[in-house]
Amino acid sequence: MIRVQDEDFDIGAEITRMTEGSTEIGGLASFVGLVRDYAGDEQISSMTLEHYPGMTEKQLERLESEARERWDLQDVLIIHRYGKLYPGDRIVLVITASPHRQASLESCHFLIDWLKTKAPFWKLEEKESGADWVDARETDSVAAGRWVRVSDT
Amino acid sequence: MQILYFGWVRTRVGHGKEELSPPDDVGTVADLIDWLKGQGDGYAHAFENAAAIRAAVNQEIAPHDAEIADGDEVALFPPMTGG
Repeated sequence: MIRVQDEDFDIGAEITRMTEGSTEIGGLASFVGLVRDYAGDEQISSMTLEHYPGMTEKQLERLESEARERWDLQDVLIIHRYGKLYPGDRIVLVITASPHRQASLESCHFLIDWLKTKAPFWKLEEKESGADWVDARETDSVAAGRWVRVSDT
Repeated sequence: MQILYFGWVRTRVGHGKEELSPPDDVGTVADLIDWLKGQGDGYAHAFENAAAIRAAVNQEIAPHDAEIADGDEVALFPPMTGG
């Protein structure tokens, strides 16, 4: 399941919802992305996430399908927030559920790596020197590239 | 043709969405970027480096040589920074 929302999420509640009555799940892996209060050596007062409504949902659904195709997963949850967030706020949640740990851990890592470069979000950081759009990082492209299968190229 | 802008492309152009009718010889994303460059200072600034621009046609990621036609929704933006 994917959700794109401006409101916060409760990780505990989401895990409970995912596992309630599902005794076949052997393990969950989760990742939570947070707003940092610095960029380089500058303080950040807020971060505004802009996205492409419509395409965002399609891309997140595609990422979920890709993860389910590659790994034996019982459930997937991706929540991505948009709007104005402040240091310490939660931005993104990925939870994957599988019978055995390897599938959930690997697919969670895969999803967060691909979200970085394939989810249509753009981040505007508010700093003392003014507002700056966050540049895509080369290291994120490299991390995403690690999951490209030879058969896809 | 509905054109959408995001991130610094949007702030440089000055708005996020517009309906445009490019000339007939604009047949690809690359042609559109090139044509937009001549539509004013904001556009010239936004599209000065075409290689930095990513695109989606009808909400699907598309390369610069992707064909576009009347009625398409074309989005132009910097590399995505999700997560």
